[in-house]
Amino acid sequence: MLHGGAHKINNTLGQALLAKRMGKSRIIAETGAGQHGVATAITCALLGLKAEIYMGAEDVKRQKLNVFRMKLLGAEVHPVESGSKTLKDAINEAMRDWVTNLLTTYYLIGSVVGPHPYPMIVRDFQSVIGEEIKKQFRAVNGGYPTAVVACVGGGSNAMGTFYPFVGTPVKMVGVEAGGKGLGTGEHSASLNTGFEGVFHGMLTYVLQDEYGQIKPTHSISAGLDYPGVGPEHSFLMIEKRVEYVAATDEEAAKAFIELSRNEGILPALEPSHAVAHAMKMAKRMRKDESIVITLSGRGDKDVGIIADYLGEKI
Amino acid sequence: MKIESVFAKAKKEGRGVLVGFVTAGDPSPDHTLDIVSALVSNGVDIIELGIPFSDPIADGPTIQASSLRALNAGITPPNVLDIADEVSSSLNVPVVLLTYYNPIFRMGEGKFLKLASKAGVSGVVVPDLPPEESREYRRIARKENIDTIYLATPSTTPKRLDAIVSATRGFLYVVPLYGVTGAREAFDSYSKKVVKDIASKVRGRVPIAVGFGISKPEHVRSFVAQGADSVIVGSAIVKTIERNLSDRKTMLRELGELARDLSSACRNGKSV
Repeated sequence: MLHGGAHKINNTLGQALLAKRMGKSRIIAETGAGQHGVATAITCALLGLKAEIYMGAEDVKRQKLNVFRMKLLGAEVHPVESGSKTLKDAINEAMRDWVTNLLTTYYLIGSVVGPHPYPMIVRDFQSVIGEEIKKQFRAVNGGYPTAVVACVGGGSNAMGTFYPFVGTPVKMVGVEAGGKGLGTGEHSASLNTGFEGVFHGMLTYVLQDEYGQIKPTHSISAGLDYPGVGPEHSFLMIEKRVEYVAATDEEAAKAFIELSRNEGILPALEPSHAVAHAMKMAKRMRKDESIVITLSGRGDKDVGIIADYLGEKI
Repeated sequence: MKIESVFAKAKKEGRGVLVGFVTAGDPSPDHTLDIVSALVSNGVDIIELGIPFSDPIADGPTIQASSLRALNAGITPPNVLDIADEVSSSLNVPVVLLTYYNPIFRMGEGKFLKLASKAGVSGVVVPDLPPEESREYRRIARKENIDTIYLATPSTTPKRLDAIVSATRGFLYVVPLYGVTGAREAFDSYSKKVVKDIASKVRGRVPIAVGFGISKPEHVRSFVAQGADSVIVGSAIVKTIERNLSDRKTMLRELGELARDLSSACRNGKSV
């Protein structure tokens, strides 16, 4: 977790510098939970670029704090009213803006999704996560961790975590948003339950109906609420190099509370999914084995949702 | 009917070809044949039928809304193929399908193109399928006698335009502006220059049809004067449908009037 409250700035700094070099003066971005939007706004404030952020109207409502943070940082936030009013619709709208303003505008994608070469660009900038895990783990414990675990929506923090470990013996687990349960149809688990599709310029696993229409998704965490997933995750799943599982809304909320009380860390609801699964894994592991969880964001933005979950008014 | 012969005939007559787009199933599947008939009997030469998609990223608000109406009416890609079959067998016009790639991918390229061919479809436009990724698709389409129509835009480099022109059949879909679909009030000189440049580069290789934003007879006249062999009108037609959702008679009458105005602009554009 970095300045801005998530891992997103690893990528926004890199891409914004690229945009500057390309001579673009205006940056657009999509955001789900608002973390990528905040990171983009921070970066643009620093580099003197104009930032406009597309955010699903539904997400604007449930992540109010981040909307205000973006505005404070000088970015303009465009609520998107089309479709399911979440992350996928924000990407649709950003892409429409991009083709309209191509000459002046750089589209700063926030996850390992979209047309080539975005998934690679974002992966490379986020790989610093896995590289640091490697280095720090070696310094503190020696060797490799037994497993690394990260949450997967579009999959940027997970790809950044996994990529440097692909050639190692480390077990890797990606945790998708299981929503109200995989059997209910109300979730965002593209890898666990989707089919191959072509969406947002990538061939990957997609939640879709029998005719190829994209299905509405659900997750307690806006940042995982997306019907596709980075194509390299699909590849790593097919190659059986990474195991992809799901944690439900309820498991994530419980993990959020658990980590807050036991470690004094309020995790974002997105990585709370990873925490939930890691706790399950830990029960089946030996004392001398180790798990590294990527805590990609902090949970201040989600306190209202957890209060609702607990039935408390704040 | 072949797209090629429509262009050949129009060339002989010294006029532009009018392509009319409608989202199949908007506002309901039983409207589409009537809508298409009204367009064709008032001068539309080629019918472009849109297969509605949940996430139409190349489309502006008008076609987004029409896609949603059609999807809410329960239309599926197989229904659209049935409608295409009805249109191609009852009206003497080529039918071109416009679809995003995922519905084709889900059905399978082979199956989709085979069914489309059976339904009498003459060509297919897939805005999110780049030529570089569709060699196999093109091979099957050729086998099924279906034209693969690619798009060129202001950002298409000369080298890529050349490759696109080599791969495209029927016509080249030229987008004269940076942006998504949707009726424009006016076009600036930049759009005219884009059309003129592309027309001069591809002359003699493939006819060009200009689409995105064209909504008025004066737009039609001006692009035909710049060397366009054809114009494609979509959002203006869809807007006429949207304005008259509850009154089929007025809808069809207004569509007929729109088509007649646009078609006569195709005829006198060359002399401007």
